[in-house]
Amino acid sequence: MRRVLAAAIASVWIAAASVASAEPPAGAAACSGCHPSAARGSSPVTPLAGRDRAEIIKAMQDFRSGARTGTVMDRIAKGFTDAEIQAIAAWWASQR
Amino acid sequence: MVGFPAVKATRRHFLKLSLAATAAAASGPRLARAQASGPRVVVVGGGFAGASCARALRHADPKIVVTLVEPNATFTACPFSNSVIVGMRELSTQQFTYDRVAADGIAIARTSATAVDAQVKSVTLADGAKLSYDRLVLAPGIDIRWGALPGYDEAAAAQMPHAWRAGEQTLLLRRQLEAMDDGGLVVISAPANPFRCPPGPYERASLIAHFLKTKKPKSKLIVLDAKDAFSKQRLFQAAWAELYPGLLEWVPLSKGGNVTSVDAATRTLVTDFGKHQAKVANVIPPQKAGRIAEVAGVTDRSGWCPIDPVTFESKLQAGIHVIGDAAIAGAMPKSAFAANSQAKVCAAAVATLVAGGTPSIPKLINTCYSLVAPDYGISVAGVYQPTGGQLADVPGAGGVSPSDAPRETRKAEAVLAEAWFRTISAESFG
Repeated sequence: MRRVLAAAIASVWIAAASVASAEPPAGAAACSGCHPSAARGSSPVTPLAGRDRAEIIKAMQDFRSGARTGTVMDRIAKGFTDAEIQAIAAWWASQR
Repeated sequence: MVGFPAVKATRRHFLKLSLAATAAAASGPRLARAQASGPRVVVVGGGFAGASCARALRHADPKIVVTLVEPNATFTACPFSNSVIVGMRELSTQQFTYDRVAADGIAIARTSATAVDAQVKSVTLADGAKLSYDRLVLAPGIDIRWGALPGYDEAAAAQMPHAWRAGEQTLLLRRQLEAMDDGGLVVISAPANPFRCPPGPYERASLIAHFLKTKKPKSKLIVLDAKDAFSKQRLFQAAWAELYPGLLEWVPLSKGGNVTSVDAATRTLVTDFGKHQAKVANVIPPQKAGRIAEVAGVTDRSGWCPIDPVTFESKLQAGIHVIGDAAIAGAMPKSAFAANSQAKVCAAAVATLVAGGTPSIPKLINTCYSLVAPDYGISVAGVYQPTGGQLADVPGAGGVSPSDAPRETRKAEAVLAEAWFRTISAESFG
């Protein structure tokens, strides 16, 4: 079971990595409308580029479930599946 | 043959363009090589859609030669221009140059596009030069539909400003409000759907009400609406009842809100039910896609542009993509956030298409903040995906701020609204 899970995670990661070289995964490009790049200006909103992948996944899942309150992220996270969240998180973690 | 001189004009023009870009980018040799060989994408219109798309194209594939056609040296942003109207901000905070866009290696053609030949794949510029493209992205924003409202033409807009394209019109409305005596009547007329920034007329009404309440408290504001429903309506109306009772009156279509004609000389707005003579009249008129969209043959009878929801390619002309306010984007509203979100999806699709690939199915997001007072923000958000040839809401996602949120949440959303503006303008222009 553990091996299957590891393989599944690896395949998601590989899929995400191969996407990263071309198009961002579905939904990922929109995030930077609110989330600033670290280099550009100040914002109370968290920058995403280079952030830990697991941290992004947990934040999205918690916003989606209601475990974490948000202003708009609770409404936005509900629009994404687990697989999409995994891919988005992997892509942002790989960005600089 | 007309082809040869046209090609010469194009080359001469490109030389001029590339020199400008090179000076800004200080990356001459690489850029020159790229322009000799890479796929050519022309982006027309340098607003949130066009500037974001040009940048995202370069980011997606630095081999793509990107030319941004934009006549204005300075972009004046509409989001937060309602705050300028009531003196909370200065217009300069809305303005951005294209210096940083050019520094990304994007050639800026400081002129307008006057014609598009979709068969030959070339754009004609105002100076007669032609730009050949492999893919064209039109991001022309809106034009006012002059004549759609009897009595409202460009001369009338000098008396009854629309202030729906930010700049001098924004300042004109501000001066009129500042000059008005206390006790005056301000009238806003809001158009039928679709139009740029669906919550915009109601944010404007809110902030003008705030201005009147604090500076000219004997005055009154009437909103004449060609609709019976509008964006974030319950949140706006609850806030109006709390903050501006007796000062702000909204008149829906069913109660005679539809303005059928105006008389600029007397600042009179005529409805089916009567006349309103205003001291300050803000007419937000019917709109359509920016003119080049019609010239290029990508508008339908509605005056807007039907697009493929995966690539934003026109359903009417191959090789031409339309993004931002000009596009018919299904459930997505005509907002700066949506324009920026569409721009990045379109750029990724175009980069894939010019490389011979198949674009993947996207998801898009919109978030729109409105201020009902300087420290009172509300929002609407949505997630969208292609469904049945349209961009549709992802079920279960999105929606507006909670109606029972405490005041701290409203305050936080006002702060987040401004942070959003800083971030999106930095991504597009900074």
